[in-house]
Amino acid sequence: MKKAAKFFHGTKPLNLSRMKFLAVVFCSIVALFAHGANIEVCPSCEIKSLRDALKVSQPFDVINIKSGVYIDHAIELTMPLTLIGEKGSVLDGGDQGEILTLHADSIIIKGLTFRNVGLSYTKDWAGISSDRVKGCRIENNTFEKTFFGIYLRKSEDCVVSGNYMDGEAEQEMTSGNGIHFWYCKNMLVENNQVLRHRDGIYFEFVKHSIVKNNLSKNNVRYGLHFMFSDNDDYLNNTFEDNGSGVAVMYSNFIKMNNNRFIENWGPSSYGLLLKEIKDGEIKGNEFYRNTTAVFGEGAMRMDISENVFTYNGWAIKLLSSCMENTVTHNDFISNSFSVFTNASRSYNSFDENFWSEYSGYDLDKDGIGDIPHLPVSLFTFIVEKCEPALLLMRSNFIGLLEIAEKAAPAITPEALVDNKPRMKPLWQ
Amino acid sequence: MGSIFKYCLFDLMRSKWAITYTLFYFVSCSALLYFSNSPSNAVASLMNIVLFITPLVSLLLGIIYFYQNRDFAELLLSQPIKRNAYFLGNYLGLSTSLVLSLLVGFGIPCIVFGTYELIEELGVLILSGVMLTLVFSGMALLLTLYNENRIKGFGYAILAWLFFAVIYDGLFLVALFWFNDYPLEKFALAATILNPMDLSRVMILLQLDLSALLGFTGASFRHFFGSYTGFFVSLGSIMLWIFVPLWALLKKGNSKDF
Repeated sequence: MKKAAKFFHGTKPLNLSRMKFLAVVFCSIVALFAHGANIEVCPSCEIKSLRDALKVSQPFDVINIKSGVYIDHAIELTMPLTLIGEKGSVLDGGDQGEILTLHADSIIIKGLTFRNVGLSYTKDWAGISSDRVKGCRIENNTFEKTFFGIYLRKSEDCVVSGNYMDGEAEQEMTSGNGIHFWYCKNMLVENNQVLRHRDGIYFEFVKHSIVKNNLSKNNVRYGLHFMFSDNDDYLNNTFEDNGSGVAVMYSNFIKMNNNRFIENWGPSSYGLLLKEIKDGEIKGNEFYRNTTAVFGEGAMRMDISENVFTYNGWAIKLLSSCMENTVTHNDFISNSFSVFTNASRSYNSFDENFWSEYSGYDLDKDGIGDIPHLPVSLFTFIVEKCEPALLLMRSNFIGLLEIAEKAAPAITPEALVDNKPRMKPLWQ
Repeated sequence: MGSIFKYCLFDLMRSKWAITYTLFYFVSCSALLYFSNSPSNAVASLMNIVLFITPLVSLLLGIIYFYQNRDFAELLLSQPIKRNAYFLGNYLGLSTSLVLSLLVGFGIPCIVFGTYELIEELGVLILSGVMLTLVFSGMALLLTLYNENRIKGFGYAILAWLFFAVIYDGLFLVALFWFNDYPLEKFALAATILNPMDLSRVMILLQLDLSALLGFTGASFRHFFGSYTGFFVSLGSIMLWIFVPLWALLKKGNSKDF
């Protein structure tokens, strides 16, 4: 393009606007034909590896990688290219290090399988990594035993979608994250399946990004992990059987809607862990069989509404550092403990929820129980004062105490109260 | 001893008490396993039933039976029969009939409605039911021997049940609160092992996934019960609870003036 401009400039003196016009026309023509050449890579072709293809490629070329296993690592993409993998095309790192590194904008990578990046304790090797690029698209690839799957640094406007990743991680120390963003903006992560990594999806200093319709399962630490990331949304994702479902830490203005947190079960597991987070929205999520569905420490002004909590150990644990949160219109069904707090006063509001353990009545039939509900049970209160008392869980003595306390509340903190308990669940 | 045991067993098995007891277990167990949508919760509810009912029925049925057979006992003991054989036969007859009721009442629904994953949980549940039956039927016999007065005997039985089921846990909780500032794991462990009902409850809880809620103390318990020491110590405690009343029973039986 620059050459073209020079060419015009050299031959005929033109006025500036005319020249600009011509440049625009030329550019659009270039854009029309900008697919560039098609380069084929296959074990029996003239070009036998991606590295060879890159030597002859021009910007905007399309490199078709045919079926076959290509063992190579540390391949750098330095110009806008499209890489399309045929079924059965495998880039194998041979456990030697990073496979692809993106250094240019608008790179598209589709349909490839990345395998065997290898483990490093000092470097974050990844199947695909990037450094300061814009507009990359990583779609429908498969990642197997890549230490980190996709690791994008300081990049913008990228799309990561439809990828399947299995990291076969067993320990936190020896595993990497599935999708890892560091200092990124305007990213979209959708329809991916991330299995068995350290964190399924990890955001650090990532702004204005969206995570939706992903499945994050069997990860060693968190299904999704936010650190210092503001204004992000994650919607319609499923987090299943991870060390903990989602951890949102030191982040503001996060929207967490319509996700499913399932079976994040274990002695120190959480469905959703909130730490030092402000002004978020947690709406329409389903929490099923998590040890602790929502755990809040230093969470402020969160809107927790329209969620369903079923068969969790603790549905909501809010420590006394949590303030001005509103918990409304949620369904609490058959949780071992509904609400746990160690605050002597209540700084959060719990109104218009459905509690399956609620035993009040509704005389005027307006759907709201006439007697306020105290969601912190006596046993929860006892446990808060003296943790080993948990051993008496399900004992007859505790059962008797609970009945007595329900009949005439004397001990449980009255500040934490649902003044308008719903008679029927919102969902169903 | 054999013929006394046989007589006692068949006598009890034909009684409507035993049949009611079996039916009760059968119905409640089937209902819970069939209707519950979470198998682990069903086991937790079954656990409450077993821990509540088994000791109570063992005590009461034992007491009723031995007071009823008081005259017959006098008659038999005037014959050349060893006292040890008589009492041991009675004890075994009673506990075997109760255990059979438990096995039939529980076993059939478990086989019909239980799933394969529940096999361990239900196994521990039935095992602790059997243990509790053995402990508390011995206690029942002992109480009848020590108390000629039936009302007193019943009173003590109810009190014993209340103590193990409720009062003990109350005292345990108070102790936990008092000594909250000290490391309590060893104490809690000892206190749990010393009460057969608590021991059974904790053993079953540790089998269930509810155990994830038990926190630090729960983790140390799991560690302990997972080890051989833990297994033998808890087995030893149960054996003590079975054999000490039995020994006292035989001793008292030998010296008692009918």
